[in-house]
Amino acid sequence: MNAPAVTPEPLQLVLGEEELLVDRAVRAALEAARLADPTADLTRVRVADLTTPLLTELVSPSLFAEARVVVLEAAHEASQEIADAIISYGRNPADGVVLVVLHSGGGRSKVAKALPAALKKAGAKVTECPKLTKASEREEFVRHEIRVAGGRTDAAAVAALIETVGSDLRELASAAAQLVADTDGKVDENAVRRYHNGRAEVNGFAVAEKAVVGDLPGALEALRWAMQLGVPHVLVADALADAVRTVARVAPLGRIDPFKSAGELGMPPWKIRKAMGQTRGWHPAGLADAMQIVAQLNADVKGAAADPGYALELAIIKIARAHRRA
Amino acid sequence: MTVVWSQVVGQAEAVEVLTKAANAAAMIVRGEQAAAGGMTHAWLFTGPPGSGRSVAARAFAAALQCDSGTGCGECSGCRTTMAGTHADVRLVVPEGLSISVAEMRALVQTAARRPTNGRWQVVIIEDADRLTEGAANALLKAVEEPPERTVFLLCAPSDHPDDVSVTIRSRCRGVSLRIPPAKAIAEVLVERDSVDPDTAQWAASVCGGHVGRARRLATDEAARERRAAVLRIPLGLRRPGDVFTLADELVKAAETEASEQSESRDEVEREALKTALGAGGTGKGTASATRGSAGALKELERRQKSRATRTQRDTLDLALVDLAGFYRDVLVTNSGSDAALNHPDHANDARTAAASWSPESTLRRLEAVLACREALELNVKPRIAVEAMVTTLYYG
Repeated sequence: MNAPAVTPEPLQLVLGEEELLVDRAVRAALEAARLADPTADLTRVRVADLTTPLLTELVSPSLFAEARVVVLEAAHEASQEIADAIISYGRNPADGVVLVVLHSGGGRSKVAKALPAALKKAGAKVTECPKLTKASEREEFVRHEIRVAGGRTDAAAVAALIETVGSDLRELASAAAQLVADTDGKVDENAVRRYHNGRAEVNGFAVAEKAVVGDLPGALEALRWAMQLGVPHVLVADALADAVRTVARVAPLGRIDPFKSAGELGMPPWKIRKAMGQTRGWHPAGLADAMQIVAQLNADVKGAAADPGYALELAIIKIARAHRRA
Repeated sequence: MTVVWSQVVGQAEAVEVLTKAANAAAMIVRGEQAAAGGMTHAWLFTGPPGSGRSVAARAFAAALQCDSGTGCGECSGCRTTMAGTHADVRLVVPEGLSISVAEMRALVQTAARRPTNGRWQVVIIEDADRLTEGAANALLKAVEEPPERTVFLLCAPSDHPDDVSVTIRSRCRGVSLRIPPAKAIAEVLVERDSVDPDTAQWAASVCGGHVGRARRLATDEAARERRAAVLRIPLGLRRPGDVFTLADELVKAAETEASEQSESRDEVEREALKTALGAGGTGKGTASATRGSAGALKELERRQKSRATRTQRDTLDLALVDLAGFYRDVLVTNSGSDAALNHPDHANDARTAAASWSPESTLRRLEAVLACREALELNVKPRIAVEAMVTTLYYG
C-alpha cells in the first residue's frame, strides 16, 4: 500500500451555498481520504435528521480501523445539542475519520450562526464556496475552468459562453470542459459560436433597458428571445413600466447627486444613476406618452388584448416613437 | 310610512311599489287570494351607488317577514331582518372581488328550503354585479323557477348587461332607485345620526347623492381629510415632479386604508379559525385534531387577500369619483350653466381652473380619470394606472 503524502484533514468546514463548489469540496475530501485508504467510504447525513448518539456512532473509530468520510449537510439547521456535539468532537477528532461540515453561512438560530466560528477555532480546514453573483466573478470562474481543463481562452470567448449558456455554474463548467476537449485547448469566440448559439437568459429588464434608450431593433430582438425563453408577458410589461416611470421621475430633476436624492425618490442610487444616463433624447411630452403606453400595456397583457405578445411588440415600437418625439 | 321604509331615503315611488307587493305577500301568507301581479318572486334593485339599493332590499325583506305585513319595525321579524340575523333571510355580501360559482350553488340549495316561520325564504344578493358568469348561470335556474315561498332580491348599479346578465335580468321585476335629493339626505343625517344641521347640509351637498358617503363625511374626520387631499390634486400639479408625489399620495392612502383594515381583522379571524379547528388544545390527541387544517387556513388567507385588494380598489375608486366630479364642475362652470356642482365647497377652485383650461383639455382630464377607473377594473397595477392618469391631468 502506498504511504500517503499527506494525511487528510480530519475536520473540514465547507462554507457557502454554491452547489457545484460544495460538491467539489466534498469530492476533494473523499479523494484525499481514499489516497490514504482506498476503502474509505462516504456517509451523508442531514443535520436536521441527526441525533447525538447517531453522530457519536458515525464518528467513532471502527474495530477494523477503516477510513471514513462523514458529511454533515445543512449544518445551518443545527440545534444547540447537535452543534455542541459537533464542536466537542471537532476539538478532539478520531483517527481515520474525516468529518466534513456543510454550512450555508447563515442560519436561523444563534447556535447555528456561531457554528462556523467555533469550528474554525477548533482548527477546521475551511473551504469557502460563496454564491457567484457578479458578472466578473462568473467570468473568472469560466476562465479558471478552461485553464484547469488544459485550455486557453480570451475575454470575448468567455463573454460569448456566458451569454449563450447562462449563469448556472454546473452548466458553465461542463460546457467549458467540453469545449476544451473539442477544440484541442484553444477556446476562442469562433469555437464557442460554433457549438453554442442563442441566448440563455434574457429578462424583462434587458428588454426595458434597450427600449427606453430608443434602441428599437435591440429591444425587439431581446423581446423575441425573452418570449422564446418563456418569460411571462406580465414581467416584461412591468419591467417596461418601471423603466419608463424611473426615467420620467429622474428626467425633470436634471443633474442630481444619486446618493442625496435616493431617499427622496425612494430608489437605490445605482438605479438613479442608470436612469440619468437614459434620460437623453426624452422630452416631457414624449415621456407623458410613454407613461400612457405602458399603462395601456399593463391592461393588455392582463387580458385586455387578444394577443399579449403583439401588444408587447407594439408598445415597444410606440415607446421608441415617443422617444424620438420632441 | 312605517318604520322600516323610513330608512329608504327619498325613494317615494319605489317604496310605494314595494309596500303594495308586501301587502300582497301578506295576503298570500294568510291564505287569501292576492291580486295577480301583486307579489313577484325575483326582484332587481338598480340605482347609482349610495342610493340605498341594499337598504331598500333589506327593508322589503323586513316587510315580508313582518308579523303585520307592513314593516312595522317593532316585531321580531322586522328587527331581526334589519339586524341581519333572521333565520329565513340569507344575505350575500361579497367582501372579495367576485361571487364564486361554489357560493351560488350552496345558496341555491338553501334557498330551496321552506321558510322556518311559515312566511318567506328571502335571499338578498348585494352587488349582484359581482357575480361571475358561472355564478350567474348557477343562480339562473333558481330565479327562473323558485320554490313557492322563496324570494330573490338582487342589487346592482344598473340593469345593463355589463352589470347583470340579460338572462337574470329578464326573470326579475325591476325596482329603480334614483339619486336621493340633497335635502332628503340632510334630513336623514340630522334625524338618524344626530349630525348638526350645518354639517349635514354640507355633507349632503358634496356626497354626490351617496347616503353612506354623506354619513361618513359628516361623522369621520379622516374621510373629510382624504377628500380634501384628493381635491387638492387638480390645482396642486405645478411642476412635472408633482405628478409622482401626488400619485404616490393617492396610492399610499389606498394601501394604508387596506392594510389598516386587514391588520385589525386578519389576525383575529385567523386565531378564531385556528381555535375552531382545534389548535391550542393540550393533552392527548390534540395534534391529530389540527391535522389537515392547513388547507382551511390557506383558504381564509386567500379570501383575506381578495378583501384587501378590494378595499384598496374601492378606496382608490372613491378618490377617482371625487376627482371626476371636480372636472365635471369645471366643465359646468365653463359652460355658464347653473346646474348644481358636485363640490360646491370647491367652486372657487373650479372657477380658477375654468379660466385657465380650455374645455377640450378639461374633458381630456375627465376622460383620463374615467380611463383610470376602467384600468383598475382590468387589474392594472394601481401605481402604474394612477401615475399615467396624473400625467394626463398635468399636461391636459
